[in-house]
Amino acid sequence: MSWFRRKDKNIQTASSEKKDIKEGLWVKCPSCRQILYKAELMQSNNVCYKCGYHFRIPASNYIEILLDTEGRQGYFQDIKPCDPLKFKAQKKYSDQLSAAQQKTGKNDAVQVIQGQINGRPVVLAVMDFSFIGGSMGSAVGELLARAADLSREKKYPLIIISASGGARMMEGAYSLMQMAKTSAKLSQLDHEKIPYISLMTDPTTGGVTASFAMLGDINMAEPGALIGFAGPRVIKQTIGADLPEGFQRAEFLLEKGFLDMIVARDDLKSKITEILEILHVQA
Amino acid sequence: MAKTVLEFEKPIHDLEQKIVEMEIMSSDSNVDMKKEIKKLRKKLVEQSKKINKNLSRWQRVQLARHADRPHSLDLIELMCDSWVELHGDRLFGDDKAIVGGIARIDDQRMVLIGQQKGRTTKDNLYRNFGMPYPEGYRKALRLMKLAEKYDLPVVTLVDTIGAYPGIEAEERGQAEAIARNLFEMSRLQVPILVIVIGEGASGGALGIGVGDRLIMLENTWYSVISPEGCASILYRDADQKKKAAEAMRVTAEDLLEMGLADRIIAEPLGGAHRNYKETALTLKRVILEELKELIIIPVADRLEQRITKIENMGVWEG
Repeated sequence: MSWFRRKDKNIQTASSEKKDIKEGLWVKCPSCRQILYKAELMQSNNVCYKCGYHFRIPASNYIEILLDTEGRQGYFQDIKPCDPLKFKAQKKYSDQLSAAQQKTGKNDAVQVIQGQINGRPVVLAVMDFSFIGGSMGSAVGELLARAADLSREKKYPLIIISASGGARMMEGAYSLMQMAKTSAKLSQLDHEKIPYISLMTDPTTGGVTASFAMLGDINMAEPGALIGFAGPRVIKQTIGADLPEGFQRAEFLLEKGFLDMIVARDDLKSKITEILEILHVQA
Repeated sequence: MAKTVLEFEKPIHDLEQKIVEMEIMSSDSNVDMKKEIKKLRKKLVEQSKKINKNLSRWQRVQLARHADRPHSLDLIELMCDSWVELHGDRLFGDDKAIVGGIARIDDQRMVLIGQQKGRTTKDNLYRNFGMPYPEGYRKALRLMKLAEKYDLPVVTLVDTIGAYPGIEAEERGQAEAIARNLFEMSRLQVPILVIVIGEGASGGALGIGVGDRLIMLENTWYSVISPEGCASILYRDADQKKKAAEAMRVTAEDLLEMGLADRIIAEPLGGAHRNYKETALTLKRVILEELKELIIIPVADRLEQRITKIENMGVWEG
């Protein structure tokens, strides 16, 4: 018998909010443990100004970071998710949807905006991890498909910023088919020789990685982002052993040949501009 | 006759046993039991139909992964007049969980690709329990490109509980391999016929599953994740797999209703594992029928129809 016992069986952390920026004036960097002044952290695009750790940020921040202030236009905002299977596990899917919509003020986990990057027009689709883990259901698939169509129609490069746990189980086989749908749309874009840049942020896993995220003409990722097909927990369970340090991180994928580059948040805009200047000659 | 008997198959199994016993008795003792045997056979058919009608989704899942269920190579052997298996992805290795080759059924030439499970433990280890590595998907793509070059239709047989989730699989780009296949299959110039013959789980199944037609054998399932996987994530309890199977609506009939599958192929009474030959013959007939229809469509039209079909998958508002 042990002298001390834990009240709870396990250490419990709410995994969904683990890496979001907390309320309050000060934040502790999960990487270097430095206490950071929040106002200063915001100034640095939520990148730890001591060690360079990239905090997760919402979709709206990426829009601010990448797009010029002038000439932004939101698209397809009337597209909403449904609950075709009337799905209910511990929670009702319809309730989860309403809660996520209320929390984020958005219909689903992706936003499509047409805008400019240093004066160059682009179509930008950004996923939001805070909307049911950025999971891909039919509405997300449709939004990405339309983003690709818009990009094809206007002949503007497409940029997709991924942040997702994968397919949305609550839509069953429909969610699986969104992998086919997004990939098929990208093949059409490819045929027209319009650049597609995929930026993977923390985390990008499952069906999202195994479809549009890996299909960029240029695949890039933020430092330290978790990127993979199977989640680390599943792999650990399958092989029954601990995973090597840095496994499935952006640096690991670069080393294995699946990324073109890792780009720090501060450099995203200039790097994308540089790439588009070479790949995309404007009409 | 089937070797593994599931709980709900017992009435069928018992009747089958009785019939066998009676047949032996009748031949040994010259007692004419034809009438009784005939009666029992009738009862067997009725019983099988009744059981089949009332199967729960989880029971369908169990049939789809029945230990005696015919796998890709079993069906290929029985269907094809000619089958030349081809190996390797030309990049890394030869995956044993995906088999592929050039084949002929009657006069119809084709490229056949199938996910392959094992039956014995040893066989299963060799086949990695039907869970492909990236090189499996890349081999499949290489063969599809070969099909395109020689203007041969592609037939894929889906039967996997998922792409292998392991360190090496991730290192070699499981996600990229699957994504590439979805991308290329959506625009492959030749017809693609996808047939689910057992289990169809997640991107691992879809990695050889994009095509002009999706056909499912009667006792199969296809979804975004296995019922167990869904249960352990959403219910935090893998034992809730029955509920998860119901909630995700995973059966062939469900997918037909959802507008994702195009056709269901009826299985022999009691399931494909009770009669390999009949299963293979039906499958063969359907493949020939479907390919005949697909081949005559002009390439551009067929590709447009394929894209439209894929575009329409899903339910959203607005």
